[in-house]
Amino acid sequence: MLWIAIRMLTGDAQKFYGLVFGIAFSTLLITQQLTIFVNLIERGASGVYNVSSADVWVMDPVSRTSDVAYALPSTALDKVRSVPGVEWAVPHIRAQASVRTKDGDLEGVAVIGVDDATLIGLPKRMLEGSSDVLSRPDSVIIDDVGTTRMFPGQSPIGERLELNDQRAVIRGIADAIPSFTSTVVLYTKYSQALNYVPGTRNRLSFVLVGAEDPMQAKALSERIERETGLKARTRDEFAQDGIDFIIENTGIPLNFGITVALGFIVGVAIVGLTFSLFIRDNIKQFGALKAIGVTNRKIRRMVAVQAGLVGLVGYGLGVIGTVFFIWGFSSNPTFKGFYIPWQIPLVSLVAVFLILALTGWLALRNVLKTEPASVFR
Amino acid sequence: MGTPIDTSAIGGCKPEAAICTRGVTRDFQAGQQTITVLHGIDLDIRAGELTFLVGESGSGKTTLISIMCGILWPTLGEVKVFGTDIYELGDTELVEFRLQNIGFIFQQYNLIPSIDAANNAAVPLIAQGMDRLEAREKAVAMLKKLNIADQADKLPRQLSGGQQQRVAIARALVHEPRLVVCDEPTAALDASSGRRVMDLLRDVAVAEDRACIIVTHDNRIFDLADRILVLEDGRITHDGTDVPEGH
Ligand SMILES: Nc1ncnc2c1ncn2[C@@H]1O[C@H](COP(=O)(O)OP(=O)(O)OP(=O)(O)O)[C@@H](O)[C@H]1O
Ligand SMILES: [Mg+2]
Repeated sequence: MLWIAIRMLTGDAQKFYGLVFGIAFSTLLITQQLTIFVNLIERGASGVYNVSSADVWVMDPVSRTSDVAYALPSTALDKVRSVPGVEWAVPHIRAQASVRTKDGDLEGVAVIGVDDATLIGLPKRMLEGSSDVLSRPDSVIIDDVGTTRMFPGQSPIGERLELNDQRAVIRGIADAIPSFTSTVVLYTKYSQALNYVPGTRNRLSFVLVGAEDPMQAKALSERIERETGLKARTRDEFAQDGIDFIIENTGIPLNFGITVALGFIVGVAIVGLTFSLFIRDNIKQFGALKAIGVTNRKIRRMVAVQAGLVGLVGYGLGVIGTVFFIWGFSSNPTFKGFYIPWQIPLVSLVAVFLILALTGWLALRNVLKTEPASVFR
Repeated sequence: MGTPIDTSAIGGCKPEAAICTRGVTRDFQAGQQTITVLHGIDLDIRAGELTFLVGESGSGKTTLISIMCGILWPTLGEVKVFGTDIYELGDTELVEFRLQNIGFIFQQYNLIPSIDAANNAAVPLIAQGMDRLEAREKAVAMLKKLNIADQADKLPRQLSGGQQQRVAIARALVHEPRLVVCDEPTAALDASSGRRVMDLLRDVAVAEDRACIIVTHDNRIFDLADRILVLEDGRITHDGTDVPEGH
């Protein structure tokens, strides 16, 4: 009987493709939008992910994220270093600056000052040059998104910049996760950064801490808070803070939520309509089957198999479409490092299931109600 | 406990009756009005006979045979098919009863458009759970008896009306049901095909423990009947071996 159900469905090519298209479209929209959403808000944590060696971030109690931070007095560094369980602690500065390029363009950039001695604070991998270049005078390292933004199609190595009226020379490219706003990032030594960033008295943004026992980072952060009166967050907590900040302070969740909901609704509409048409066109056949001796339970199973087939094919196409989309745009810095978290295909699978269950149930009601005798009149 | 009661004798049903109806009445609701289409039909259809049901259009023939084969509930009355009080069965049991015991040939064939003639004819066997290829083989054999084995691989829309009807007939007979019910089986066929279909029905559907009831207007085949019933305005007005004047 299930074989017959499938033939009934695929025999009506137009409606079959309509159904598959509806599901594929919904899956694509939901999966793709959720993927972009998750990856985008995770960018709120890029500042933290880029410094993977820091177990704990210490900051002023009012600081909220790696980009929304209030400066600390430089004495904070020694206070943190004296807390038991701290293996190392280094200064970290993050500030905004303006850059004038050779062509006279103005670009807002983020200047990140990393520890002079250990270079902790630099992204792990370099795309060009080595981190040693920072020991040369006026050196900065640009991130790869900055390269594509400021120097599209050319090498930035050796380029001179006017950074807040100071001379800077790009001597390397870092492989970094872009920030939420895709701002150009220039890495330099802490001591150098103090020159670039015009001075208020306090300019230390964070103290980055390595724990003696990284597994105990949480306990260490609590101890640091107790003993220094500063705010301390583990790497994971601080990453989450960055993500939460974006969720709370932008319209992004709402916007993406609307698109995802639209994907669902359009799916229900297309699939619901086509499914109802399909069932209505076949109501006489279903009625005849009922008269011959097919129980409502078997009819339900037949329709479930039809829905399942449509769901499987449509969902597969939708997910493949999303993969191709992400893959096709992976060279675009906006989509750098985008991945599809496993939960998202699961969410769209549930959505597809709901769409089909809802529309299948609506369409099926007529079949189940059909009096066998009525189809022979 | 105790000796089983012969329930088939209740209400005057003879145990050997293939179909027995007692007081079958059927109303239809047309807006505010209630139309009574059948008025207390008492009938015994005997196994081993080809029974014809004739009557004017609208007299209630389709309604009556629908009730007799378990696809339309009577408003009042009882229907026994081979001793089973079919409208006392649960929904699923009734469906199962139809699947095992009843073949239908109706005015509308309702073939499944996307599967070929042989598979359409095999539907009852597939529904009974028979392996699809085995079912198809039996269906092709049945199509052969109906002289359209050469059309077995064609889709319904590639067949003429008469050929489609023969597929529907094959579907009704393929599982060798004990009761075959036909509504105008020869209307779409020429005289010789019509007679061939009737011969086949007699072959397959009429036996000692089988019954066949046929609704027809087709006076070309009246001579093939063992028994002819006339329905007028929802009442049986004639029961004999030939047709009264005027029909
Ligand atoms: N589902 C229904 N709802 C309302 N009225 C119905 C319904 N089914 C049948 N009727 C009415 O019952 C009467 C008998 O119908 P039926 O189909 O049994 O006649 P018939 O003898 O088979 O006629 P024909 O020879 O034209 O097929 C008709 O007046 C018809 O309008
Ligand atoms: Mg009729």
